[in-house]
Amino acid sequence: MVPLSAYLLLAAILFGIGLIGVIIKRNALIVMMCVELMLNAANLTFLAFARQQGSVGGHATAFFIIAVAAAEAAVGLAIVIAIYRTRDTVNMDEIRELREDA
Amino acid sequence: MNVTAELVAFAIFATLLLASAIGVIYARSPMYAAMSLVAAFVFQAGLYVLLSAHLLAFMQILVYAGAVMVLFLFVIMLLSLGDASLGEERQKGMQVLGALGAIGLVALVAGAAREVLALEPSTVAADFGTVKAVGRVLFTQYLLPFEATSILLLVAIVGAVVVAKEKI
Repeated sequence: MVPLSAYLLLAAILFGIGLIGVIIKRNALIVMMCVELMLNAANLTFLAFARQQGSVGGHATAFFIIAVAAAEAAVGLAIVIAIYRTRDTVNMDEIRELREDA
Repeated sequence: MNVTAELVAFAIFATLLLASAIGVIYARSPMYAAMSLVAAFVFQAGLYVLLSAHLLAFMQILVYAGAVMVLFLFVIMLLSLGDASLGEERQKGMQVLGALGAIGLVALVAGAAREVLALEPSTVAADFGTVKAVGRVLFTQYLLPFEATSILLLVAIVGAVVVAKEKI
């Protein structure tokens, strides 16, 4: 049996990679992919603990996370398309209408 | 014997998962990033099997590597971004800050993970993580969240159409 801490560490590193991507990447599509990576890291943690506790409750939670991630991807990509249609860019630095000091 | 095989499988899947995850943020082209992400999802499904989460491993392939990534690829091809529109990466300072934050997070979790090192894994039933076992929990204990998920997906579909369509 692989120790639980190995899975937790792996999930933490995966989450860290996703976080780095969200911070340094400027392409909205790649940022969304990095968010998916972070959601997957959370899923891995849930399943590792579910295996350790011997309870399928964690599986149900991971199931809901997958459903929510699918909804998030659909709406997020629709927003990306809408933004690209009106301003011809998906660069996050050029989309700053809601900023106060813009 | 069985334990070593599991460790080897874990090491292979974990290494490949991390490599393809780094590929997602290393690639400049969104297409390469998406392909790396598909690989990452597949390797993660392998880890799910090691955790006896058979249903979730299937769902990972079907929903993530299948449906969600096809959606991503459709949008990437629809927009067909040139190199010019990819934009400059953030400044060096921001990159260092991001890397530091991520490393700090990993260190924090590593410290916490040492605490659970002593926990013995429980022995699980033979049908742990199968469609039957997870389905029973989903339709009894988690029935209300399950039904709410269907409403969420319906709202997401309608919302995506409303946002992306030019004229309704």
